[in-house]
Amino acid sequence: MIKLNHISRTFKVGDELVHGLDDVSLEIQDGDYLSIMGPSGSGKSTLLNVLGLLDRPDAGDYFLNGDNVTQLTELEQARVRREKIGFVFQTFHLVPRLTAAENIALPLTLAGVDHDERDQRVQDVLAALNLTDRSHHRPDQLSGGQRQRVAIARAVVTKPVLLLADEPTGNLDHASGIDVINILEQLNEQGITLLLVTHDTELGRRASRIIHMVDGKVLP
Amino acid sequence: MRLNDIVQFAFHAMQGYRTRTYLMLLAMAIGVASVVLLTSLGEGARLYVTQQFSSLGTNLLIILPGRSETTGGAPPMMGETPRDLTLQDVQAMQRSRHIRQLAPIVVGAAPVSYRQLEREVMILGSTASLLPVRQLTLSRGQFLPELEITRAYPVCVLGYTLYKELFGIASPLGEWIRVNEYRCRVIGVLDEEGMSLGMDMGDVLIMPVASAQTLFNVNSVFRVLIEARGADVMEKAKQDVLETIRARHDGEDDITVLSQDALLSTFDRIFSALTYSLGGIAAISLLVAGIMIMNVMLVAVAQRTSEIGLLKALGSPRQQILMLFLTESAFLSIIGAMFGLLIGLGGNWVLQQYFPDFPFQAPNWALWAAVGVAVTTGLVFGLLPARRAAELDPVQALSGQS
Repeated sequence: MIKLNHISRTFKVGDELVHGLDDVSLEIQDGDYLSIMGPSGSGKSTLLNVLGLLDRPDAGDYFLNGDNVTQLTELEQARVRREKIGFVFQTFHLVPRLTAAENIALPLTLAGVDHDERDQRVQDVLAALNLTDRSHHRPDQLSGGQRQRVAIARAVVTKPVLLLADEPTGNLDHASGIDVINILEQLNEQGITLLLVTHDTELGRRASRIIHMVDGKVLP
Repeated sequence: MRLNDIVQFAFHAMQGYRTRTYLMLLAMAIGVASVVLLTSLGEGARLYVTQQFSSLGTNLLIILPGRSETTGGAPPMMGETPRDLTLQDVQAMQRSRHIRQLAPIVVGAAPVSYRQLEREVMILGSTASLLPVRQLTLSRGQFLPELEITRAYPVCVLGYTLYKELFGIASPLGEWIRVNEYRCRVIGVLDEEGMSLGMDMGDVLIMPVASAQTLFNVNSVFRVLIEARGADVMEKAKQDVLETIRARHDGEDDITVLSQDALLSTFDRIFSALTYSLGGIAAISLLVAGIMIMNVMLVAVAQRTSEIGLLKALGSPRQQILMLFLTESAFLSIIGAMFGLLIGLGGNWVLQQYFPDFPFQAPNWALWAAVGVAVTTGLVFGLLPARRAAELDPVQALSGQS
C-alpha cells in the first residue's frame, strides 16, 4: 500500500516560490489503477517523481508497503527504485546504442543479476509483449509503439510493485496509444499498481480511480 | 553491477560515440608514442656513446698532453706552452707494473696512393699494442710488428675501406704504397670496422709511430692509450703515470688522464638526464591528452544527460554512475596507451632500419611510465566529468537538463 501524508514540494523559480505539491495526502491500495489528471503545472509530474523516489518532498511522509521511504538515504532509495518501482516515460528514454533486449535488461544489469537469469527474464518479457522478433533491433529501427513496448518491458522486467507511467501515449498515434494502454492495463490486472499521468481524459477515464490536481493540490 | 557488465557498458558507450572515442584514443596514443620515441632517442644516444667508449677497450686510461688550468693575471714574460708528450715519456710510463700495455698515437691526414689511385685518409701512427688495446681485428695479414718504439719501419696496415678502394679484390699484402712522400709495404688489413668516436676505422692507414712522426715531422704524440692490468689497479696505474710525467717534466702535472670508467659514467649520467628530460617533455603531451579526455568526457556527460537520468531512475546509485564513467575514461586511456606503445615501438623499428648503427631502444621504465602516466591521467581527468554525471539531479537529467 502507498500512503502520502501531507507531502509538500516547493520550487524556487526566479524570486518566486512555486508549490509543486501543496499538502498532498493520498492512499493507494495494492493493485490500484489510478490516473492523475490536471492542467500543465498542476503538479502531476512532481507527484510522480516523489512517488518514484526521484525527488524528495520538503515536508510530509511517504510510506511504501509500510516503510517510510522519505527517511531513506540516497543509496537506499536507489535500491527501492530498482526493486519496487518501474517507470514508463513519454519519450521512452531508450539507450540508442543498445538493442531492445539490452535496453530491457538494463535494470537487471545495473542490479547485478546473473547473466543466465537476466536472459531468461528478458526473453519472458519480450515474449509477453510480442517483441521477440525485435529483440536485436536498436531503438531507431523500431516504431514509436514498439519503442514504448520496449520501455514497458524494461519497466516490468524487475517485477516492480508500482508502475509509474508519465504520458506514455503522448508521443504515439492513437492506435499505438491504445495498444500501450491495453498492455499497461493487462499488467495492472496481473497485480501491479498502476499510476498513469495523462492529459487525455478518454484514457484517464479508463482508470478505476481518477485524481485531479490543480496548483499542487489534489482536488477532493 | 558485475565487473564484466561495467566493462561491456563502457565498451558500448565507446562504440556508440565513435568519433569522440577515436579522437581520445588518438590523443592518448600520440602522447604515449612521443614518450616512447623520445626516450628511445635519449636512451639510444646513451647506449651509442657508451658502446663507443666501451669499444675502445677495457681498463683503459687515455693520456692527453696539457691540462685544464685557470688562466689570467699578468701574462708571463716568456711564452708558455704545455710540454709535449714524447715517445721517451711513453717508454718511461711503460715501466709501471700496473700497466699491461700502452699504445701511443700520432694522428694526421695524408694522401695514400697505389698505382693510379689516390685517397686522402687518416694516418694513425702507433705500435703493435694498438691491436689489443683498441680491440681491433684483422681480416688478413698481420698487424704492426713488435719493434723498438722509436724505430721507424716502412710497413703499414690498411683499413678495410681503404683496402677495397685501392686494391679492389686483389691481395694488397706485400704491395708497396705511397703515403705522401713516404713508402710503406702493406702487411695487413683490418676487419670491417665501423665508426669509433667519430673516426672511420675502415678508412685509416696504420703505421709505426716513429714512421708517422717522420711523416708528419713531429716529435710528440697525440694521445697514449694505456691498458691497466685490472680494474682494481686503474687508480694505481694513473698515479704511476702522473708521477712518471711529473718526474720527467720538471715537477709539472702537464697531462690529463682520463679513465674510461669515469668517461663512461659521466656520459651515462648526462645521457640519462637527457632521456629523463625528453621523457618529461613528451609527458606534457600526455597531460594535454588528459585534458582532452576531460573535455570530451564533459561533452559526453552533457550529451548523455538523459541517459544518466534514466540510469538513476532505474536504480543506479551515484557511485555506480561514477564507476561507469571512470571505467570509460580508464579504457580510453589504456587502449590509447596500447596503441601509443605499438606506434612508438613501430616507429623505433622503422628508425632502426634507417639508422642501424644507432641503438634506438626505449628503456623499460619509459614504457611502464608512459602507460602508467596515461592511465593515471585518464583517471584523474576523467574524475571531474564522472563526478558531474554522478551528481546530476535525476529529474532534471531525465528532462535533458544538466
